[in-house]
Amino acid sequence: MTATVTTSGSRAIEVRDLHKTFGKNEVLKGIDFHVDSGQVVCVIGPSGSGKSTLLRCVNRLEEPTSGRILVEGIDITDPETDLDAVRSRIGMVFQQFNLFPHMSVLKNLTIAQKRVKKRSTAEAVEIARRNLAKVGLAEREDAYPAHLSGGQQQRVAIARALSMDPDMMLFDEPTSALDPELVGDVLAVMKDLASEGMTMMVVTHEMGFAREVGDKLVFMDGGVIVEEGDPREVLASPQHERTQAFLSKVL
Amino acid sequence: MKRSTRRRINHAALYALLGAVVLVVVFAVDWASVRNNFWADGQHDNWRDLITTGVVNTARYTAIAFAGGLTLAFALALMKLSPIRIYRWIATAYVEFFRGLPALIVILVMAFGVPIAFQWTPPGGPVGAGVVGLIMVAGAYMAETLRAGIQSVPKGQAEAARSLGMSGPRTMVSIVIPQAVRIVIPPLTNEFVLLIKDTALLFVVGMLVGQRELTTIARDFMASGSTAGTATSLTQAALLYLIITLPLTRLVAWLEKKQQRAR
Repeated sequence: MTATVTTSGSRAIEVRDLHKTFGKNEVLKGIDFHVDSGQVVCVIGPSGSGKSTLLRCVNRLEEPTSGRILVEGIDITDPETDLDAVRSRIGMVFQQFNLFPHMSVLKNLTIAQKRVKKRSTAEAVEIARRNLAKVGLAEREDAYPAHLSGGQQQRVAIARALSMDPDMMLFDEPTSALDPELVGDVLAVMKDLASEGMTMMVVTHEMGFAREVGDKLVFMDGGVIVEEGDPREVLASPQHERTQAFLSKVL
Repeated sequence: MKRSTRRRINHAALYALLGAVVLVVVFAVDWASVRNNFWADGQHDNWRDLITTGVVNTARYTAIAFAGGLTLAFALALMKLSPIRIYRWIATAYVEFFRGLPALIVILVMAFGVPIAFQWTPPGGPVGAGVVGLIMVAGAYMAETLRAGIQSVPKGQAEAARSLGMSGPRTMVSIVIPQAVRIVIPPLTNEFVLLIKDTALLFVVGMLVGQRELTTIARDFMASGSTAGTATSLTQAALLYLIITLPLTRLVAWLEKKQQRAR
């Protein structure tokens, strides 16, 4: 059974009335949210606002308590859905990079291509090298993650996700664990991706990135979406007082 | 009095105490008797059997028990991490049961109790059954080591693999277990050393001449042969055990140090 649900064809991610509870703690209290194909949506908010949980629900690293999540029209909360197949089309970048430390950079980029996409080694290596070049690390393919800086590791992680030819990318605070001087390189790679038309959902504290690259800005607080809209407008003149309070602290 | 002077006097007192104890031992002990009982003439006749039969069989029983125990432990560890509750219960019950028993009891039950109760002839006779007993005990201990190793791999590793579309089992095999293995090698080497020493317990089951391991042979030489009536053969067996175990415990120390540096 395929779990396709008719929806406007350009919806990459659609979240309907999403609730998520950890024990007695309700982290998401009914989220309606969508990302259109080719859009860059930035999600901001104080820690504990539920923004990372929302992102992690989109590829079901977190199990939603209730509600529906459609990825390219496929209901990923349906138990009949082949989750691995859907996930292989959603690239994910983590705050802590999560590179595989026992593998070289090249192996990090090829293992899922070979195991999931069943690509030949030659093809996987070629694609991996292309993506390493794209993030500016072509010469580090034999290095191990421990020998790379945080910024380099995160760029490798982006290249790893891109090597699966994803239709969209999820970024979970991709620059929060980086030393300030390394943030720029990672943001530059993300800007390149956005300009190529990649669909992106970015949980971030980088307001500059949101303003410059984002098509939509979502402000979350206390498990709900408080305000959303054009990033430049929201950042310049936030309507809701909670948004104002948050922005006055971070800007 | 100055602090440094007091410290020097304290140290001198400690050295003097040690010297006194050594002197008492050297003069009070009857060294001729020690030598006659623990290193009697004729000990050369014992080496051949101790090494060609004893060490070989000790190594063989250890290898079998370790391989079997590791396999069992791996199954138990996966059961302990299973999403299905009944598997977790079974594994937990098994581990708690066998960790709570003396290995000697398990060996005796396997070698004598079970064959009588079920009219079963274990492969290799009582020794084979005793080795199975060692496997059951070692499996329980190593299961905990493996479980801890698997759980010490950061959760983000599995999440990264799953987010790339890898299945649960594939993630386990390609991402989690290779990292867990590195973590558990030092503690597993420790378990291996413990197992070498535990094969000595097998002497209680009785063995054919060719099946005897180090401790059994050493005991036989206490009753017959050119050092009969002395503990010489036990000293020899002890030396052989140390020759095997000391390099391994040094290896563990080295591996642990290396791992700490890598972190």
